[in-house]
Amino acid sequence: MSSFYEDEGRFRGILGWIFSTDHKRIGLLYLLAIFAFSAVGVLLGFLMRLELMAPGPTIMRPQTYNAIFTLHGVIMIFLFVIPGIPAIFGNFFLPIQVGARDVAFPRINLLSWWIYMAGAGLAVLSLFTGGGPVDTGWTFYVPYSLRTPVNVPLAVFAVFILGFSSILTGINFVTTTHQLRAPGMTWFRLPLFVWAIYATAWVQILATPVVGITLLLTLMERLAGVGIFDPLKGGDPILYQHLFWIYSHPAVYIMILPAMGIISEIIPVFAQRTIFGYKAIAFSSLAIAVVGSFVWGHHMFVSGQSDLASIIFSLLTFLVAVPSGVKVFNWVSTLYKGSIEVSPPLLFALTFIFLFSIGGLTGLFQGALATNVHLHDTYWVVGHFHYVIFGGTGFAIFGALHYWFPKMFGRRVGKKIPYLAWALLFVGFNTLYFPMLILGWEGMPRRYYDYLPQFHSLHLVSTVGSWILIAGLILMFGHLIYSLFRGEKERLENPWGGATLEWQIPSPPPRENFAEIPRVERGPYEFR
Amino acid sequence: MENHRNDGGSKLGMWLFLLSEILLFGGLFILYSVYRFQNPQIFHLAAEALNRPLGVLNTLVLLTSSLTMALSIFFLKKGSPGRSLLFLASTLFLGILFLFNKYLEWTWKVQLGIYPDAPRLLERERGEVLFYGLYYSMTGLHGLHVLVGLGILSVMLFFILKNKINHNHSVPLENTGLYWHLVDIVWIFLFPLFYLIT
Ligand code: HEM
Ligand SMILES: [Cu+2]
Repeated sequence: MSSFYEDEGRFRGILGWIFSTDHKRIGLLYLLAIFAFSAVGVLLGFLMRLELMAPGPTIMRPQTYNAIFTLHGVIMIFLFVIPGIPAIFGNFFLPIQVGARDVAFPRINLLSWWIYMAGAGLAVLSLFTGGGPVDTGWTFYVPYSLRTPVNVPLAVFAVFILGFSSILTGINFVTTTHQLRAPGMTWFRLPLFVWAIYATAWVQILATPVVGITLLLTLMERLAGVGIFDPLKGGDPILYQHLFWIYSHPAVYIMILPAMGIISEIIPVFAQRTIFGYKAIAFSSLAIAVVGSFVWGHHMFVSGQSDLASIIFSLLTFLVAVPSGVKVFNWVSTLYKGSIEVSPPLLFALTFIFLFSIGGLTGLFQGALATNVHLHDTYWVVGHFHYVIFGGTGFAIFGALHYWFPKMFGRRVGKKIPYLAWALLFVGFNTLYFPMLILGWEGMPRRYYDYLPQFHSLHLVSTVGSWILIAGLILMFGHLIYSLFRGEKERLENPWGGATLEWQIPSPPPRENFAEIPRVERGPYEFR
Repeated sequence: MENHRNDGGSKLGMWLFLLSEILLFGGLFILYSVYRFQNPQIFHLAAEALNRPLGVLNTLVLLTSSLTMALSIFFLKKGSPGRSLLFLASTLFLGILFLFNKYLEWTWKVQLGIYPDAPRLLERERGEVLFYGLYYSMTGLHGLHVLVGLGILSVMLFFILKNKINHNHSVPLENTGLYWHLVDIVWIFLFPLFYLIT
């Protein structure tokens, strides 16, 4: 049977890709776009680190630095980690894992990719039009975003458009999970990756519109001067922050839940052991999605909200840590007495657990009211969220790439170079970000282009870390691209011995996934 | 390729979309509640200055259009596309009438110098600036939804004419109906909040 690469459908060549409604092709379209943008994001991070290598002006002017950290944040958040896993791996594997031929709405799926590209295009356009690149930080806080002369209107509009794409993807996945499960695929036979994407999809549907309206109002504020967020006209900037974080805190779950889903796939396969506490992991995803919707105020402890609100938000924040902890313990218990094979996917998954735990624990410091006052807006926070989203989601994506590579591309990835790349990534990552935690603790504020001399040595260490990390990234991606063209052909359907449905069909899958819709008779982690 | 059509799925998808629409307006309703809570007196006085008869008229227009919409679906499913078309066209007409009224209302306000960022408005109390900021944003976003709805209604009209949707395949029209009712319901909330509060 020919794979979905040969079977082009209505159009040929490039058109056969950008107008394809095949969920696998759309997943790969996203993959290409998302990794291209994230490479730009990494480059910007590299430039920031160069600037911070020494105190005083090093390679750029202050305004350039402001624009770069904003662009870095916007790209990494809205173009990379938010769409990331659902749009790439969710698109490719969710339909296969539930035993379907495609998502519920294939054309809307394609539309969501086009909307994503349009949003990205507008974001790029905003750099060269109006007053030039935005300098507000990715949060677009009012009132500064109302006053700064740069091109805020187009940038927030671009993010609004990107949100629309995210909502459509979410609708597609919820409907697919409800309607298109193969016979015998009961809810508790769903792979945990599906559970995670499903919970995420709900957050996408319910939370994104709130930031949508907030950004739309900011746009109206800039264009028409409506006054709702403008203190000069009686508006209240704190309300902007509330609405922004009502979305953007849940958005961190859009970033991390799918990553946890990937980890829950990889660990049992490489321990050849049923996942420990399937239901606990599945429901903890939902619990995170629900409780996580009511903790947004922990971003605003010092903004002047009432003390009572702060206390409640702090309590709830500590509560969300519980389901995350449940997951970590379940993963580790799954490994216990398993026949463990530390292949690159598992190595990345274990690294996820380690880095995510540091990220999560540093988050608890910020959730405590008194320490938060000290840590707010410092490099501690920068260290914390890089540990969570880069150490967490980023490393989960690396794991997923190595795990699913044979299935997606029909080629094998060797082992030696991924191990070497992993070592560089691991050392580089911690050298880059651990000093940031200390810097923040000592009082170095974030979003600053310059610093006091006493912070010099740690900043220097951090910058060196960024070089090691980027060397690791280049090695890993270079090797993946090499394997794409030169890797040994994968003839096996199931090289890792997985039990989920994607491993029961050819690599790469045929156009309609299954010759015949399968009848599911066992759970996703029942290995023989 | 086999047919991937899935009517139950389309309905579910539409409901999810409407849910996200509700949250989009929800953000505005939150802002409204907070500002009204802070400025009860001013909001009350400002509401009195809105054109109440026109608001009532528009409420009736939109409610009737929801009825004609439902009838159009009813007749399509019963297999009489002619009547379905008639009621769909009435819905379209009522939608246009609604927007026309809205247009009149806005122009009168603008002529009085009451619009966002207008010097005359900014001289007034802060609460009133907020009231009109919310008024223009919320009725504006709602009007935009009506406008989009009119576009969809026209497409549906065309589809029924071409027999692309009929009693065998009525889900697109039903989903259009759901959207139109949502637009109606949002107005049912906007109307008392802006025109009737005391
Ligand atoms: C080589 C990789 C990276 C480097 C060297 C890097 C470096 C930095 C630095 C130095 C800052 C702090 C800027 C400041 O506060 O002055 C920063 C901010 C930030 N980074 Fe990264 N980063 C990298 C990768 C990532 C990734 C993978 C993500 C997300 C997936 C990410 C998300 C963010 C966000 C959201 C901000 C906050 C921007 C703002 O303050 O508005 N970064 N990064
Ligand atoms: Cu948060």
